Amino acid sequence: MDVMLMMSIYVFVLAIFVGFEVISKVPPLLHTPLMSGSNAISGITLVGSLIAAGEGHGGISVILGMIAVIVATINVIGGFMVTDRMLGMFKKDTTKPAK
Amino acid sequence: MNVLSAIAYLVAAVLFIMGLKLLSSPKTARRGNMLGALGMLIAVVVTLTDQVIIDFTYIVVGLVVGGAIGAFLARKVQMTSMPQMVGLLNGFGGAASALVAYAEYMRFAAGGPDMAIHAWIALILSLLIGTVTLTGSVIAAAKLQGVMTSAPILYPFQKQINALMLVAVLVMGSFFIMDPSLWYLLPIIVFVSAVLGVTSVIPIGGADMPVVISLLNSYSGMAAAATGFVLGNNVLIVSGTLVGASGIILTDIMCKAMNRSLANVLFAGVGAEYEAGATTSEQRTVVRYTADDAAFILENAQSVIIVPGYGLAVAQAQHVLQEMVNILHAKGIDARYAIHPVAGRMPGHMNVLLAEANAPYDILLEMDQINDDFKNTDVALVLGANDVVNPAARYKKESPLYGMPILNVDHARTVMVCKRSLNPGFAGEDNELFYDKKTMMVFGDAKATITKLVQLLKK
Repeated sequence: MDVMLMMSIYVFVLAIFVGFEVISKVPPLLHTPLMSGSNAISGITLVGSLIAAGEGHGGISVILGMIAVIVATINVIGGFMVTDRMLGMFKKDTTKPAK
Repeated sequence: MNVLSAIAYLVAAVLFIMGLKLLSSPKTARRGNMLGALGMLIAVVVTLTDQVIIDFTYIVVGLVVGGAIGAFLARKVQMTSMPQMVGLLNGFGGAASALVAYAEYMRFAAGGPDMAIHAWIALILSLLIGTVTLTGSVIAAAKLQGVMTSAPILYPFQKQINALMLVAVLVMGSFFIMDPSLWYLLPIIVFVSAVLGVTSVIPIGGADMPVVISLLNSYSGMAAAATGFVLGNNVLIVSGTLVGASGIILTDIMCKAMNRSLANVLFAGVGAEYEAGATTSEQRTVVRYTADDAAFILENAQSVIIVPGYGLAVAQAQHVLQEMVNILHAKGIDARYAIHPVAGRMPGHMNVLLAEANAPYDILLEMDQINDDFKNTDVALVLGANDVVNPAARYKKESPLYGMPILNVDHARTVMVCKRSLNPGFAGEDNELFYDKKTMMVFGDAKATITKLVQLLKK
């Protein structure tokens, strides 16, 4: 097993723990924005798509890359924008009578 | 990968984690989302400066087309349609991962560098998970949108056939890993995975969609992580894994709130093995009230807890409901919302719908926060919710609801239920709450009733 792979597995396992730690602190109030926002983050595949679309080898791999760029960009732009739109609606009360 | 881009990817990953961390409070959540977007921007810009890229034509076309579609969807989508939207976005994410994996194979086939065995394994997983996410999400979105029936579609040997397809993909994948020159196996793997995505979601009913959407959310992350292993790119691995973990946590929360195991949701179909209607035989009487009675009781209460169900949001009644809450607040009455985890079509959905109606988030309380308060509350107002307030969940062992966490509305001094009819909820279990002496049944359309209440309370 090469060093690169071992490092990737380290990263993978540690990310699992970070993920569970960070996400379990998000309250149910924000679970929908959490889903759309984390969804946008999973659009990070865009990075891979860009390389596939831009390598200039021509042929099918570039076309696949371009389609990948399109769907990944929909995922990223759509995800972050809709999350922002939703979070903009969450406001604190200013009128509620003090108890 | 050079040092600069490696550092930039690390910065992006850190920004993603910080962004998710800030999502834990509504005060900082918007900033958190911005940090995530910033991380993405950094990752994309650095990738574009990579020397591997020599032709920007397809990239620009892809970014412009995808960006326009994404922005359009994000602006136009209605809050009630958010589950479909997130479902579709999951699907696109899965598709992108599978496509990148396939393109990576094409590069190898065209004389690219050799790939290590773990990259081949990850490539097969990426194709499988990514494609299942795509077709499964499309079906889930179609069900939620009402394009296809939301009822479970069942046929004989469904589970067995699905299992067989999964095994077939894994076997073909193994052959491919042993001999990557067998190029024709990949399209077959993609095709079978696509069918598997469809056939695993069609037996799942509309009410179980929160679980499916959460699970597909997790899949889209796992597909990205697998693609990260194919490309040897750690930022993909980190981000994909974060999303995978997030989806798993939400899936688990939804399953617990619905009192079902994940296996039960995925394989059983809703209520398929439960004989509904068996409990509704005996004749019992309920006490009917009018909106005038309800308005009188509300006006004289000191504290009110409102339990909204999804039907309320479908009728777009949350706006007039919040108007009523504002009137109650103006009268010095403490009115709050109690939100059950499954009061919507995806995790947290009801909160978004109420936030859209300008309900301040500090009166939107989750079950654990508010359940002990019912006993000190004058009126619990149940609007379009049923199973989540059914006391049978506490003691009736033969009920499909047994063990499900419910809102303790029956502990309030008065229970007001606004409903069209006495029909049981999804689980088919008659609700004894309706026959309780302290329960006031106000029959009718929720929106019409609340509108009437608003008029009466304004006087």
